[in-house]
Order: sequence, then C-alpha cells, then structure tokens
Amino acid sequence: MILPALFFYLFAGVCVASAAMVISSRNPVHSVLFLILAFVNAAGLFILLGAEFIAMILIVVYVGAVAVLFLFVIMMLDVDFAELREGFLEYLPFGLVIAAIFLLELLLVVGGWTLNPTVTKSITAAIPGDVSNTEALGLVLYTKYIHYFQLAGMVLLVAMIGAIVLTLRHRASVKRQDINVQNARTPEMAMGVRQVASGQGLQDADSAEWVK
Amino acid sequence: MSGILQNYLPLVVFIGIAGVIGAVLLIAPFIVAYKQPDPEKLSAYECGFNAFDDARMKFDVRFYLVAILFIIFDLEVAFLFPWAVTFGKLGVTGFWSMIVFLGVLTVGFAYEWKKGALEWD
Amino acid sequence: MMFEAAGYQLLPVLPEIVLAVGAMVLLLIGAWCGQRAAGLVTGLAICFLIGTGVIEYLLPHGRLMTFGGSFIVDEFARFLKILALLGSAATLVLSREFLEDQSRRMFEFAILVMLSTVGMMVLISAADLIMLYLGLELMSLALYVVAASNRDNVKSTEAGLKYFVLGALASGMLLYGASLIYGFTGTVSFAGIAAAAKTGSIGVVFGLVFLLAGLCFKVSVVPFHMWTPDVYEGAPTPVTAFFASAPKIAAMAVFTRVVLTAFSGVVAEWQQIVVFVAIASMALGSFGAIGQRNIKRLMAYSSIGHMGFALVGLAAGTVEGAQGVVLYLVIYTVMTFGAFTVILAMSRNGQALEQISDFAGLSRTNPLLAFFFAMLLFSLAGIPPLAGFFAKFYVFSAAIKAGLFALSVIGVITSVVGAFYYLNVIKMMYFDEQAEATDAVHIELRSVVAATALFNMLFFVYPGPLVSAATAAAKSLF
Repeated sequence: MILPALFFYLFAGVCVASAAMVISSRNPVHSVLFLILAFVNAAGLFILLGAEFIAMILIVVYVGAVAVLFLFVIMMLDVDFAELREGFLEYLPFGLVIAAIFLLELLLVVGGWTLNPTVTKSITAAIPGDVSNTEALGLVLYTKYIHYFQLAGMVLLVAMIGAIVLTLRHRASVKRQDINVQNARTPEMAMGVRQVASGQGLQDADSAEWVK
Repeated sequence: MSGILQNYLPLVVFIGIAGVIGAVLLIAPFIVAYKQPDPEKLSAYECGFNAFDDARMKFDVRFYLVAILFIIFDLEVAFLFPWAVTFGKLGVTGFWSMIVFLGVLTVGFAYEWKKGALEWD
Repeated sequence: MMFEAAGYQLLPVLPEIVLAVGAMVLLLIGAWCGQRAAGLVTGLAICFLIGTGVIEYLLPHGRLMTFGGSFIVDEFARFLKILALLGSAATLVLSREFLEDQSRRMFEFAILVMLSTVGMMVLISAADLIMLYLGLELMSLALYVVAASNRDNVKSTEAGLKYFVLGALASGMLLYGASLIYGFTGTVSFAGIAAAAKTGSIGVVFGLVFLLAGLCFKVSVVPFHMWTPDVYEGAPTPVTAFFASAPKIAAMAVFTRVVLTAFSGVVAEWQQIVVFVAIASMALGSFGAIGQRNIKRLMAYSSIGHMGFALVGLAAGTVEGAQGVVLYLVIYTVMTFGAFTVILAMSRNGQALEQISDFAGLSRTNPLLAFFFAMLLFSLAGIPPLAGFFAKFYVFSAAIKAGLFALSVIGVITSVVGAFYYLNVIKMMYFDEQAEATDAVHIELRSVVAATALFNMLFFVYPGPLVSAATAAAKSLF
C-alpha cells in the first residue's frame, strides 16, 4: 500500500512543480517542454487510478501531437519574451481572482465528498476485474454508444475541413508536376523541325526562348 | 488495484535505469571533463562568419496545417485501439460501425488530398 | 431490418443521416470540381436542407426515441428543427449572391453550414448530456470556421478567434457543469436527472449553474454576451445573419429542454438564474444599442435583447411560457433575417455599407426597400399589429400568468427604450438628407426582404396554424 502512495506523491509533486514552471519559465519553448512533463506525470496519475487507456491516450495525443503543435505555434509566432513578461504584474490580480475561484470550486468538490461519502460510492461503477480498461471501452463504444462514436467522427471531419479552409494557401507562382500532362506529351508536341535560311535565323513567335 | 500496478513494474524499472544512465551521462562531464573556456570557443560557429542574427527563425505556417491534420488522424487512431482489442467480441455491428467512422474520415482525407493540402508547395 | 443499427431504430435520425451524407457527397463534388462548382454545391446544399426538413416533417407523429433514450424527436424538436433548417437554407440563399459577387467563391461554406446544421439538429433532439455536448461542439466548430472564413480580412479573423476562444471557455464550463451533474445524480440522461434531482442539492445546483452558463454563451445573453458585437461586426454579413438565426434557435431549444425536462424538480433554482439573465439581457440590449454607429453592432445588441425577451417566457416555466418561447423564436428569426438581408442589400458602387448613417434618405432612392425595412424595424421594436408585438405579447402574458410581474414590467420598459434606436434608423431613412444613390438590389435579396416583411405585416391576419403548432410543440415538453 505504501508504494502506490509513494508514486502518487511523486507524480503529483512533479506534475504540480512542472505546471508551475510552465507559467514561470522565461523561455516559451521551455514552457512547452515542462508542459510535456506535466502531461506525462498526469498520465502516471491516471495509471495509479487504474485508467490505463486514458493514460496512454494522454501520452499519444497530448504529448505526441498537441505538445508538438504548441511547439510549432510558439516557433511560428515571433514572440518577444521581454515584452511578454511585462504584462505579468498587470494581469496578476485577475489571475489571482481566477485562482481563488478554482480553489473555491475544488473546496466545494472536496466538501461535497466529505459531507456525504455515500454519494460517490453509490454512483461510481466498480472497475470490472476481468476486463482491461481498453476492452471495457471497446465493448460499449462501437455498439451501445455508436451514436456518440459517429458524431465524434463528424466533429473530426469538420475540424479537418476547417483547418484546410483557414490555413491552406496555394502560391500561384509555384510550378507543380502533373504526371498526366507529362505522360500525354508526344514528340510532336515537344519538338518541331524547321528549315532555317542561312543568315536569317528564326523570327516567328513560337521559337524557343534561347534562340532569341 | 495493486494487481494492475504490478504489471507496470518492468516499466518503472526501465524508466529508472534510463533516468540513471541519462543523469550519469549529464553529470559525469562536469566532474571529469577538462574545461578551459575561451570566448572564441563559446561563440557560435557559422562558416567563419560572425552570426548574422538569432538562431530562432519563424516557422512556416504550413507546418501548422500538417500538425493539425496529424492530430486529427492521431485521434482517429486512438479510436482504433479499443476496437482492435475487442474486435472478436463486437460482431457485425461493431465492425460496420468502425467502417462508417473510417468512411467519414476517408471522405475528409480525399478532400484534403484533392485540395492539395498534403503537398508542400 | 434496414433501419436498425446495434438494435437501435434509425428512423428518428434519418434526417440527420441524410444531411450528413449529403454534406459529404457535396464535399467530394467540390473537391473534384474545384471552386467553379461553388454555385452548384450551394444550390444542392439548399435542396438538401429543404429536403431534410421535408423528411423531418414526414416522420411518424408523436414521440420517437432511439439510442437508448438519448435522442428524442417530439413535436418541439420537429418544429424547431424545421425552423433551423429553413434558417440555414435561407442563409445559403443570401450567401449565393454574396459569394458570387465578391469573387471569394468558397464551396466549403455551404458544407460547413450543412454540418453545423447537423449539429443543431442533434442539439435540438438531445436527451442526455453527452449528446448535448457533441451536438454543441459539432455546431460550434463549424461556426468558428465560417466566422473567420473571410481570412484575408483582419476583422473577420479577429471575429473567428474571439468566438473560438470564448466558445471554448464556455464549452469548458458546460462540461464542468455536466460532470458535476453526473457526479451528483449518477446519470447523464435528462429523464434520469429529473428523477434524481428532486431536491436541489448544492452539487446539482452548482452543476446547473455551470451548464446554464455554457448555454447562455451560445444564446449570447448577459453576462456571456461580450463576444456578440465584435463577432457580428467582423464576420461577413451572410454569416452574421446565420449566427443570428439557426444556432440561436438550436441553443434556445436545448436551453428550454434542459431546464423544463431535466430540472423540472428544481424550478425555483433555475428560475432565479433565468430571470436575472433575462432582465440583464433586455436592459443591456436596449441601452447598449443606443450609441452604436454600425448597423451590424446594433443588430448584435438587438439580438441580445431579443434573447432576453425569449427567456422571459422560459422563466415562467409553464406550457404557455414554452409556447411563447417557440413563437418568439419563429418571429425573431424571420424579422432578423429580413433585417440582415436589407443590410446585405445595401451597397454603393460595390462597397458594402454598414454604417447607420448610410441609410440616410433611403426612402427617396429606394422607397420599397425603405418601406420593408421600416416594417421590419417596427416589428423588431414590437409595435402592433406587426408580428414582433405578438411575440412579446405571448411571452409577457405567460410571465404574468406565472406571477412574474416585476419581470414583465421591466421587460415592457426596456422594450420601450429599445424602440428608440429602431425608430432612429427609420427617422434616418425618411427624414434625413440622402447621401448618394445605392446600387440596385439583386432579385433573390429583394424577394427575401419582401417575404419576411410581408410575414411580419400579415401575421395578425391568420396566426392560427403557427400558434397551434407552437402550442403542440410546447405541450410535448411536459
């Protein structure tokens, strides 16, 4: 029993510490790296809870994709680090208010739990012993909850269209390879044989560039 | 509870060893390496020139589109894991349910291919 | 059986499936034919939206449920879904000319509107919290994109970004509320929540507050209205007309369904919230609009105020109240569409006009347009015998019957204040010196303006069918 507790405090401690570093580190790139550390530790916490699937998704999606996207965005913006920090004191009161609200909410949740411990016991379904998390999810997601699953697919489709509509930009000046056009080319289209009178050269408009 | 956690023991050992080796390789040079710093040695080397400007360049916005599309397909893969694990028990409905899901995303994929979002230029 | 999946009936979701499949087919057509197919795709999208409405109408009557009770089609859902579909179709009719004219052809616009409409239909039919959230996200995600669709324009991208960031915040609050509700009742289905939340425990009330905060954002009522003026001003005008109509219908429908079915046991708790929000929105909508110079910002404040009026009916919590909300939504949608069509029609030498001062002397250059716009504005102000008056009449009479006298009095006072800025625009059109002649108006826009204005003027002649449909819709909730 001591070991899970030890790991809980390890993960929780590192998670909170790296979260603090995310907002206090001077370099935004370091912030993102600390964010990744926080994600990994949160995944550890999920494993301690017995939620393996969420833990792995956290690693695959958040660490593998979202954090990389954050890194891209930070490197894409030309962030002036000194200027960013100037606003810190200005926004401090506002941030403290939000922190106080969150603290209040946390206290509320904890308060509700201690006041009536039977509530949580009666509503959380027990973790089934014989199937893994992933399996338990798979057994209901594709059949019983098929409607949620398909709607999630539609949301992903909209995200795909949206990303392309908002960011795809074709440069008109770029020459692209079109294999069909290349294959359709015949020798007649590519070359012509001319009789060139001596001393005059080619004068007509369709002569090749280098002749002129 | 501890039954699940015991499965992760090899992982813990692995991460522990990786951490130790990494830390040793980082710390050892501080202790054993020969150090004699000098301004020329510490400055950035750029083909004999002085550095022109900051090494942090702005990324092209096109990376962003690639990353977003990657996230979408990453999430799609996340949905595939539980399906693969329970494939034998799902029956026909579960199979077609995933095929429809993949079909929707394939429509999106065809769209993005045709639009040229997968081309760099 | 054809119409079954995983043991669930698919007939009730047939309209959604048709619309979603249609959107994907059009996406592929657009992808293969390129932007020159924009007109074709938009036309087909209008056909799909109207066809979906017809299918919805033809579904067997009575209450249909599927997916284990998480999707419900009753008279209320049917009525508002058809209204939302018509709103989306009308948006596309407006946008056809706009996209054609300004050489920003984009076939994706129609597809995003269709997918957003699928989200709205899911939202209107949602009978549990997960369905609600997925519908809301599907609807909003497409809306964020269309808000920023004019991506070379700074104001449009700013509108999209603001809408997205604040919308994500609202979604977060909604999810937090939903998880609290789930935690304290042990279920996500509205019926289950209603059975479990007979007394207002502190956890459920907190969850309710957060859930309603998220929904208030989507219907843009005070204190979650701050995005509205900027987004309305920045987004392209057909998109603004869309924002003011179909998504509002869907969000208001789910708002009504959540409080009346899931929280029917804790009326006193949500009634306080709704009354506060209604008063604040009516007041801000009336006073905030007075200083506006941009007509789209004015319409934003007007829509905040109108959503406040609609919530007055909801605050009553009775069948009459719900009927008032449904009627209000119908009439508001028609009025606001007409007004936005006029705004869209106003241009001078190809430049869109958005300042209120640009309307000066419109009665001399384009008397018919000025007359119809004046009728629409009188209706928005709630002057009898136009439709806007009856909309307000139904919600206020429901509120008075439920004993909410103070709310009704405040509502009438703010409605008088609100009349001031509508009348100001009419004064501009009829009594001020004209600046210059405006461009000729396209036939599609002219017919939309005429149809909406005539609906408003002639509603009182034969209100029977609409009122009885609204009554049936409201009754199906109780």
